[in-house]
Amino acid sequence: MRPEPSRSTCSAKETPPVPDATELELTAQELRDANAESVLDTDFHRGRATLIANPEHVLVVLGALRSKGYTFLASLHGCDYYPHEPRLGILYELLDMRRVDRITVKARVHTDTPRIASTVELFPGAEFPEREVYDMFGVVFDGHPDLRRILMPEDYEGFPQRRDFPIGGEPVLFTYNDETSYGKWQ
Amino acid sequence: MEVKREKLDAPGAPTDFRSRQLLARDMLRGDLEGEALQRYVEERVMTTTMDKAVAWSRGNSLYPLTFGLACCAIEMMSIVAARMDIARFGFEAFRASPRQADLLILSGRVSIKMAPVIRRIYDQMLEPKWAISMGACCSSMGVFNNYALVPSDKFMPIDVHVPGCPPRPEALAHGILRLRDKIQGHRTEGWRERYDAVGTEEVIGDEAGTVAINVFGEGDTAGA
Repeated sequence: MRPEPSRSTCSAKETPPVPDATELELTAQELRDANAESVLDTDFHRGRATLIANPEHVLVVLGALRSKGYTFLASLHGCDYYPHEPRLGILYELLDMRRVDRITVKARVHTDTPRIASTVELFPGAEFPEREVYDMFGVVFDGHPDLRRILMPEDYEGFPQRRDFPIGGEPVLFTYNDETSYGKWQ
Repeated sequence: MEVKREKLDAPGAPTDFRSRQLLARDMLRGDLEGEALQRYVEERVMTTTMDKAVAWSRGNSLYPLTFGLACCAIEMMSIVAARMDIARFGFEAFRASPRQADLLILSGRVSIKMAPVIRRIYDQMLEPKWAISMGACCSSMGVFNNYALVPSDKFMPIDVHVPGCPPRPEALAHGILRLRDKIQGHRTEGWRERYDAVGTEEVIGDEAGTVAINVFGEGDTAGA
């Protein structure tokens, strides 16, 4: 247990970012020592520590972090980095409740093979967030117990939060296009 | 049908209010006879057509369905509260079952997942029934115009559109009063005329053996 930083004032300004850039590198090195291919890169931006994980070894990274103390999966969400490749990102926001440390694990997958291992075994609360990422971005979580759409109708086609998905919206029936617009009632 | 209201102490108003009261008391006692009874009854009978009387009572007792979709529902709830007090017009009885309601207020955005549910609720309501599309979202999808929404005209007939984002309670009350006008007076403005759906009303059949016309048979849930 490292010494507590002087956080007695509870001021956000004085609180140093945890983990800081050095500790992030140490954590990444620790993970690389265990599995050389697990961590591809690190990113420390505006006080937020991010590990860029290899999607094939994301379970190893998350498991190691979990045993390190990051026991709470605060959020699991997706992102589409179009036009950068690999396009899809899956972000795991982890929280160490005892030291109040936050770390982000990011795994990037291609849209051709949007597959990644499910973390439901490690974090049972990931079940619904993973369904949502599947619903919106089409990322298939291998080993998920019940991978169905969660928000959109089950017969919906496409993954609406991808950048190449049209914003869409049904044409609205007004008086001037009442006769020509399709989908008029009856 | 016209209801005439007069102040008792206004000029030209009937001044023999007390004598009328006494007359009514006599009638209830059974003291009035012959000519006096005849005159009493004629003074108090009002003639109208059945359609007008029914429309008058329908328009003044709309029961909305307890059904809220989004932020517009908050405004819809406040029309029954003290400031708007829609009970003045007889619309305050929000029913919890579509079988007891005859007005569906679509208050908020309708997603493509919700649309079949709403259509089913609307189909479960008994004739005569009306629908109000409240707010920009369910009329023209407003600021939420995206892949997930559908305008309400696409899947069910709407009688009155109330614009706004969200409409103030006054606007919704105005919409309901417009609907009352439509029910009571201008019958041809209804959705059946606009959608060429005259003759699709669910009615009880008059021949022996036919239960109803335009009603789905037992076990056939396609329309419900």
